[in-house]
Amino acid sequence: MNSRPIRLSRVLIYAGLGFGTLFCVVPLLWQIRSSLMPIEDIFKLPLILVPRQPEFRNYLEAFTLVPLARYYVNTVVVVGSCVVGAVLSNISIAYAFARLEFPGKRIMFAASMATLMLPVSVQLIPLFLEWNLIGGVNTLYPLIVPAFFGNAFFIFLLVQFFRTIPRDYDEAALMDGAGYPQTIARVIVPMSTPAIATVAIFQFMFSWNDFMGPLIFLQDRDLYTLSVGLRSFLSTFYTPWPELMAASTMTVLPLIVLFFLAQRHFIRGLATGGLKG
Amino acid sequence: MNTKAVGLRKRKETVWGWILIAPLAAGLTLWVIFPMGLSFVTSLLKWDMISQPEFVGLGNYISLITESDLFRTCVKVTLYYTVVSVPIQLILALAAAMLLNANVRWLGVFRTIFYLPSLIPLVVTSIMWLWLYNTQYGLINAMLVGMGLDRVQWISSTAMVVPSLVIMSTWSIGNLVVIFLAGLQGIPKTLIEAVSIDGGNAWHSFRHVVLPLLSPVILYNLIVGMIKALQLFTEPYIMTAGGPANASLSIVLNIYNHAFRYGKMGAANAMAWMLFIMTMVLSLIVFRSSARWTFYEGDKR
Repeated sequence: MNSRPIRLSRVLIYAGLGFGTLFCVVPLLWQIRSSLMPIEDIFKLPLILVPRQPEFRNYLEAFTLVPLARYYVNTVVVVGSCVVGAVLSNISIAYAFARLEFPGKRIMFAASMATLMLPVSVQLIPLFLEWNLIGGVNTLYPLIVPAFFGNAFFIFLLVQFFRTIPRDYDEAALMDGAGYPQTIARVIVPMSTPAIATVAIFQFMFSWNDFMGPLIFLQDRDLYTLSVGLRSFLSTFYTPWPELMAASTMTVLPLIVLFFLAQRHFIRGLATGGLKG
Repeated sequence: MNTKAVGLRKRKETVWGWILIAPLAAGLTLWVIFPMGLSFVTSLLKWDMISQPEFVGLGNYISLITESDLFRTCVKVTLYYTVVSVPIQLILALAAAMLLNANVRWLGVFRTIFYLPSLIPLVVTSIMWLWLYNTQYGLINAMLVGMGLDRVQWISSTAMVVPSLVIMSTWSIGNLVVIFLAGLQGIPKTLIEAVSIDGGNAWHSFRHVVLPLLSPVILYNLIVGMIKALQLFTEPYIMTAGGPANASLSIVLNIYNHAFRYGKMGAANAMAWMLFIMTMVLSLIVFRSSARWTFYEGDKR
């Protein structure tokens, strides 16, 4: 128990961790606190730290102030479609890169990895011009369709995983006369559920959190997703903070639930992204 | 297998290989090459998206660089934010990862807590901190007043707005912490023991074992963090709209304003291209310099 990477006194270590914990948790608690108070109470000095009588009314009011239910539906449509698209396209692409030999493979893999260096915000205006040209602005399509064309990060993650599956399994299936699609569906997919889950979860998070995409492509309020919808609470003259805090909490809740259900997949995804050197 | 069967199998692999990666090939064309080309052409135009575009050559680039005060301001703001925030984020994340790696109890719980803020969408984080920074009713000023200090005009003063964004950015460094922690856990304990057997202290093992072995991870986090910082947008868009007095006008926010508010699509695309080139050049400089300070197993030193 005594050999540590760096020997600091135990007390200091736990003090540091305690401080970090407070720093991470207090802003979230403050948001929840503000969502449970009537608006008169949050504008009282000195500040009331803990709601005197927690009220959940703001959570209902949030739905009447802005079409929050509509935003939820739109977000679920976008996120659900993107997850399906990401899983299907990236499994197919990654299988080819991991298992098949064909001319052009290396160039295509390198080209795909190069897009990792391409900042998303630099691509957005060009994408806007393109969707504007084909009439897709102010629809949900620009947020959904690109997910069906593969993503370099997911391709990398899946290729790494597929390589750990012994080739004998797919050779056997191919020998039995199964084609590549059947081999992928019956052999590779069942053996790769952890990696596929990681892809699904990260795509869920990317799409759920995306702000610039919906901001640029959506004009009608009826099409807004949660992230842009939250912005419609903010106003120079009057911001309904308690309701906004309630809506923010409801936006975050699905992510936190997902995280606790699938924590190890998050860690795996991060480690793959981070440790390729 | 005879040669004919081998040839047949090779052909089949080639055909299926291309069928399976078809989405990628189409995606690169549709979502990367074509829009980037379209954007470059647009950057040579004077165009408000309503009237007829007018070809101006490199005019947009030249006038942005030579006469646009907004452009100069946004480059300064973005570089200031990047240069200050990225090192602070890396140092804090490494410190947190080292605390977590010190054989602590409830490691899983602490790691979860540290990661939690990076789950929160940036829009929500921005709204949350807008409220925390509120001069009258925000928690942060309430704590300062509680300690007998004066209220600070956090995001509403030109001097404090970028530092405020930097402080806020350190809240969501959980992914960096997790990546650093994974790197630290990969360092063989025997090496650290060797240092202490040789009479070295904690600083020696940090300086001569941990830092060199972690340097590839540091490089990765540095480049990813830098690219992310150069794209600063959501926080100033939600919290300050680039103000006060353009003190938090980032490059991407300026691009957005030019494209969608000022009706200058050409200039917006010219700026997007300049940001792209700037990002590439800076990444390349960091990457080149890293040969001197990163260490890969198998290298001699």
